[in-house]
Amino acid sequence: MDLIAQLEAEQIAALGKDIPDFKAGDTVRVGYKVTEGTRTRVQNYEGVCISRKNGDGIDGSFTVRKISFGEGVERVFPLYSTNIDSITVVRRGKVRRAKLYYLRSRRGKSARIAEVTNYKPKSGARA
Amino acid sequence: MRSGIIAKKVGMTRLFMEDGKQIPVTVLQLDGLQVVAQRTAEKDGYSAVQLGAGASKVKRVSKAMRGHFAAAKVEPKRKLAEFRVSEDNLIGVGEEISAEHYLSGQKVDVTGTSIGKGFAGAMKRHNFGGLRASHGVSISHRSHGSTGQCQDPGKVFKGKKMAGHMGAARVTTQNLEVVRTDAERGLVFIKGAVPGSKGGWVTVKDAVKKKLPDGVPFPAALKSAAAAAAEAPAEEAPAEGGEA
Repeated sequence: MDLIAQLEAEQIAALGKDIPDFKAGDTVRVGYKVTEGTRTRVQNYEGVCISRKNGDGIDGSFTVRKISFGEGVERVFPLYSTNIDSITVVRRGKVRRAKLYYLRSRRGKSARIAEVTNYKPKSGARA
Repeated sequence: MRSGIIAKKVGMTRLFMEDGKQIPVTVLQLDGLQVVAQRTAEKDGYSAVQLGAGASKVKRVSKAMRGHFAAAKVEPKRKLAEFRVSEDNLIGVGEEISAEHYLSGQKVDVTGTSIGKGFAGAMKRHNFGGLRASHGVSISHRSHGSTGQCQDPGKVFKGKKMAGHMGAARVTTQNLEVVRTDAERGLVFIKGAVPGSKGGWVTVKDAVKKKLPDGVPFPAALKSAAAAAAEAPAEEAPAEGGEA
């Protein structure tokens, strides 16, 4: 393992994040820490994960899309951001693409994603 | 003025801080950084330290350089560089410098050899705009355009920005912040990018345009001083920074 990979592995261990196994198509709820003045609270942001980028290492990030007040909203979260309180998988979607950018041009019925009924966690991965 | 360091660029990564910020950092590694020679005002007319870093195979070192390293009683080094220091900041030959030489939050200037780009056009090399995509422009969309006036002056001025060799030049990036240091492994984390490719050698100096923060070790953070402080009673440990 080269030094950079080693440093990244150490940082991941030090951050102690519990990242569930999820992929594009899954509906996730992200607890994001919001600081208002001096107070910090956790804001939930729930939507469809439409892309996972740069693997599951320290550089990884994911995009969550939701329809908020009739307007499509997308947020990109770094996987290991210290601002993320929790990530929970609400629903597992059945999709045939790694990036679901086609959802941007769809609304309503055509933007639905079928649910995976026979989800099996990958060996070694957390559910 | 204290000495700088020679370091090897390991690569880039990111650090997630407690306050939610993420910082892009370049990791520099100190590899057997030792003082190889001193330049003194009496002998050389100026005072400086010559540092060496990295390890070189003995058989690949010229006989003259072998003698130079033998005189300093150090292993043959891969990279040598001189740093001008004031006379009271001269470091003894053979002393090893540790990564604690820099404090986190301190600003430094990093010098390296930029990545070579080969023969580059005016658009890439000098940020020229090029020609239009249409309206009669033919074949020369990325050309530099006119290079001067007419019969008067009748020549292209010297220094005209044109296509040519780009990169592989000595580049200094000023006022980069030291985010963290790791003395055990000899690592310095610097915010942002530094010139050069991975595995390349860079020199790091205290920023010339910023005031030196309090508590930086003078003349340098030496491994011998750190070892002496570790042997001394634990109560004296906080004073280590001042002595080192």
